[in-house]
Amino acid sequence: MAEVAASMSGDALRREAVSRDALGPSGTKPRHVLSRRNILLYGTLIVVALYYLLPLYVMIVTSLKGMPEIRLGNIFSPPLEITFEPWVKAWASACTGLNCDGLSRGFWNSVRITVPSVLLSIAIASVNGYALANWRFKGADTFFIILIVGAFIPYQVMIYPIVIILREIGIYGTLTGLVIVHSIFGMPILTLLFRNYFTSMPEELFRAARVDGAGFWGIYLRIMLPMSMPIFVVAVILQVTGIWNDFLFGVVYTRPDTYPMTVQLNNIVNSVQGVKEYNVNMAATILTGLVPLIVYFVSGKLFVRGIAAGAVKG
Amino acid sequence: MSNSERPNQLLRNLNAKVASIPMILTALVVFVGGTAWTVLYSFTNSKLLPRLNFVGLDQYYRLWATPRWLVSIENLLIYGVISLVFSLVIGFILAALLDQKIRFEDTFRTIFLYPFALSFIVTGLVWQWLLNPDFGVQRVVRDLGWTSFSFDPLYNSSIVIYGISIAALWQGTGLIMCLMLAGLRGIDEDIWKAARVDGIPMWKTYLFIVIPMMRPVFITTLVIIAAGIVKVYDLVVAQTSGGPGIASEVPAKYVYDYMFFAQNLGQGFAASTMMLLSVVIVIVPWAYLEFGGKKHG
Repeated sequence: MAEVAASMSGDALRREAVSRDALGPSGTKPRHVLSRRNILLYGTLIVVALYYLLPLYVMIVTSLKGMPEIRLGNIFSPPLEITFEPWVKAWASACTGLNCDGLSRGFWNSVRITVPSVLLSIAIASVNGYALANWRFKGADTFFIILIVGAFIPYQVMIYPIVIILREIGIYGTLTGLVIVHSIFGMPILTLLFRNYFTSMPEELFRAARVDGAGFWGIYLRIMLPMSMPIFVVAVILQVTGIWNDFLFGVVYTRPDTYPMTVQLNNIVNSVQGVKEYNVNMAATILTGLVPLIVYFVSGKLFVRGIAAGAVKG
Repeated sequence: MSNSERPNQLLRNLNAKVASIPMILTALVVFVGGTAWTVLYSFTNSKLLPRLNFVGLDQYYRLWATPRWLVSIENLLIYGVISLVFSLVIGFILAALLDQKIRFEDTFRTIFLYPFALSFIVTGLVWQWLLNPDFGVQRVVRDLGWTSFSFDPLYNSSIVIYGISIAALWQGTGLIMCLMLAGLRGIDEDIWKAARVDGIPMWKTYLFIVIPMMRPVFITTLVIIAAGIVKVYDLVVAQTSGGPGIASEVPAKYVYDYMFFAQNLGQGFAASTMMLLSVVIVIVPWAYLEFGGKKHG
């Protein structure tokens, strides 16, 4: 990046010198910037970018309008009178079937689901990946292959047997049950991620620690864990967005009072009773999308790494 | 390696085995066991509760005679072809555009990829609003003076699946673009120089040199897209709830509804087994190509 900037400023200096010599505009610079290729290239990119941004824009302006204005105007026009009432209502008093305490309930449910799920799934997968990379035992690879192939099985095939297992243990419908389900289905991709990362670490490091008498957990906690923070960050990004955005497991394994935010959002917006309040719906939609969006914009390049790894999960 | 002095094989490397218990349980109980269980019970006439009362292929005959399932399959095929073709084409073109050493590359990439951070529920609800005939795109165009303009995919059963595909493409092409961009960055700069020296036009270089070189990337991307297609569920639930009527039903929704609403477990199991079968048809040839030749170490 800095290199490009440096070479650009170098170009500019040279051009300036040339124009000072000729005592007039040189003429090469504008042609260079506004060449047909560049117009076409940037034009296309800008149009596509606008298309991608449009839904976000419409969501935001709709959520800031009052209902009368929505009925009159078009969805693309900016609000004449900005109101935050839809946001307040979406958060605190929108109705879903039985109760009317807004999305806040779903938000806190999602927090109570996401935090332990992320911690548990990463703890399990990182230790497991470490065992697969450094402490291989007979048969380990067979289970690992089953795990990776299993990632491609449609969830619908396994939902019901898991319902039965959770019911037998007595945690069907609880947040604990859902946390376990998220940990199970996060396992293939996370284990792969950690196994590959630990495999790529220098073998000498592990051997030296062994010679010094460190054991399985000692090496994990004192050497592997501190040295692999980047991959842990990638895993956290992957899991936070994935679990927050989940709908299927939420709707299958929780009850109405423990529904995660996505399920509650869908119930609010697609409820058949009452007058549709589009501004409240859009405010609720943005609120639900906010957590992964913040994760996305803050994490930048790491997010790309995370999804490139997590893409297999679909 | 000689293990003759080790008395107990099972206790060797015990910590690693303990650490792998969750993986072993997941692999054996959930993935293998759960799948086998569902396939087995798809041959029973289980209704409200799973019962081992075998009826052969009855559930499958009934499944393929149910209009809703046939509509689901048809929708999945249309949605699948659109997703595959358009996300590959658009994703590749966007990646190629971003690969022209442009300024603000990071900004553009961030914009193209942000929908992927959003859930299918959020995506579906936004596009439900944009495609709303009374307030959305149709109304705006009509207000501009073209009063006979009609664009209401979500309320027209013959095109509703295209309305869902639009939303899915908006959400997912950013990812494909990223994968393609990574592939393009892996192409040796010398290839481009050689093509330029030979005077080959850029589009020909892409079409006949670069794309064939990116074959592995394309195959991986294809598998990722295909695996996502079969799973499509939340998007439909949010955007249309399967409607109008049953016009936008998909197999994943059929499974869920039969298992948890219609209390016809056998049908749900049969339908989910069909979903599994479709994945197997895609994955097995790929896995064979990818891992068949070499043993990993």
